[in-house]
Amino acid sequence: MTRNLKIAAVAAFLAIVFVAVPVAISWSGRFDLYYTLTSVALLSIASAGVWLTFYIGRINIGQGAYALMGGYVSAILVMNHGWSFWPTLPAAGLFCAAASVLIGLPILRLRGVYFAMVTLVLTEVVRLLALALPITNGAKGIVSIPLPGALSIFGLTIIPDFATLQNSRLAFYLLAVALMVVCFAVMYRLVNSRIGKLCQSLQQNEELASSIGVNIAYLRIVAYAVSSFFGGVAGAIFAAISQSIYPSSFTVTDSVNFMLNCFLGGLGYVFGPMLGTLVLYFGWDLLFQTGQFQLLIYSGLMIVLMLVLPNGLLSLSEAIRKKG
Amino acid sequence: MAELLEVSGLTKRFGGLVAVNDVSFSVREKEILSVIGPNGAGKSTLFKLIASFLRPTSGEVRLKGERISGLAPHIAARKGVVRTFQETTIFKSMSVRDNVIIAHHLRSRANLLGFFLGTATARSDEAAFGASADEILALLGLSSLADEIARNLPHGHLRALGIAIGLATNPSILLLDEPFAGMNHEETMRMVDMVRRLRERGLTILLVEHDMPAVMKISDRLVVLNFGQKIGEGTPAEIQANEKVIEAYLGSEDEAIGL
Repeated sequence: MTRNLKIAAVAAFLAIVFVAVPVAISWSGRFDLYYTLTSVALLSIASAGVWLTFYIGRINIGQGAYALMGGYVSAILVMNHGWSFWPTLPAAGLFCAAASVLIGLPILRLRGVYFAMVTLVLTEVVRLLALALPITNGAKGIVSIPLPGALSIFGLTIIPDFATLQNSRLAFYLLAVALMVVCFAVMYRLVNSRIGKLCQSLQQNEELASSIGVNIAYLRIVAYAVSSFFGGVAGAIFAAISQSIYPSSFTVTDSVNFMLNCFLGGLGYVFGPMLGTLVLYFGWDLLFQTGQFQLLIYSGLMIVLMLVLPNGLLSLSEAIRKKG
Repeated sequence: MAELLEVSGLTKRFGGLVAVNDVSFSVREKEILSVIGPNGAGKSTLFKLIASFLRPTSGEVRLKGERISGLAPHIAARKGVVRTFQETTIFKSMSVRDNVIIAHHLRSRANLLGFFLGTATARSDEAAFGASADEILALLGLSSLADEIARNLPHGHLRALGIAIGLATNPSILLLDEPFAGMNHEETMRMVDMVRRLRERGLTILLVEHDMPAVMKISDRLVVLNFGQKIGEGTPAEIQANEKVIEAYLGSEDEAIGL
């Protein structure tokens, strides 16, 4: 794509998510869609993190662990320590990044299915921890978390108090989408700078990467920490929207879904997780009408898609370009 | 000539097996030194020890007097000891040019954050690496294939790409692991020329090889291993006359050592 085309595409995307979608929703009166789309935006942030670990050649089925951690960090800071919601967002992200460095140091040495299995267990471990630790309040979880308050810098209110808003759904939608845009801008830059090439070198051949002087252990940790940061931020906003967090808020199923979002969108494309999350989320909802066959049809479709389009939905665009 | 790399008393044990046993030799600057030996003589292990991919049980490797054994491979590479691989180990899904550009990583002055922000340093690095990559590709006769995805290259060119990757790191000493394996006579001769050209550029080369005629032709000196021990060292002529070496190679067949 030429530079102008890229700018046009970005502008169009921003116009759609920030203007067209809210207008269309208020026109149609389907305000429930705000919640759905907010979820998609947040899940795609978490999935983007998973995608980054795929990019360094690791199958990550543990993002649910960091989303859950992030949710609890934000909830505990707000409820027990009287923090405002806003600073808990980066705090949750940083906490998860720090935790992922400690966890990643031993487990990132593993490859393939071994790493995948450990991360799968990780989600379960964090869930059990949330059940057992006194600070997380066990199975009862943390409830009645207040809505995000006003955010002001130098006395200037940038974001109004969500509780005073008539439509806090719209506010959450705008917040989630804005963060999603930032997240994918960061990812795009990462992948298209030299760091992206370094990550690819890890994915394709760690031994060779090491022999040309790439500090593979360091790069793996950095990528995993960024990935977990995204997971933590997404989890923190989820806790704020639902005003509650339970050990079952993010489970192994969620971890698997984050991974599926990446597969579906395409592991070779930065924007794969965004598209994958959107299609998967709405696809699952559409299949709701099929009742007891929902899971059967859904799983069947996923298998077919992976067989027919192993490189994800976005690989279709390349196939079309080649034909054209 | 000054000594660049010193191997002294190098030993590697795997359980009960002694793969490399008290091997000492040194590599001089701008020399082509080959390590030869029958299958299972410990050549590959020795190679990995020198490149710091394995930690020696005892003994050490020194580069310009500085101990490098025991360092992580990427640190050893940074010090100037860089290896190529026996198999055609490359970044398969990148273009040939990207393979060589990424291999310049060692020379980059910017850090990860610099790359992310696209600082002036990072951008000037980027431009310099591109130019240097093109020069290396030209040297190894790969220019016309620069935009090809690496996995599509024919065998001989893959080997050249492996060497290009090694060169891009700007090493003091380049370790070539069986550069002639699986090549026909013509390809081998082309590779011999290429290795000589590298030496003319001031590079020191240590190679491990099976192909005796090529080794005899290219090497300044040879080190011969058998059962993990050094059984001979010297110029090709000296090695060809060394009885221990002749015995080790099938106890006889002169052809094997190029007589």
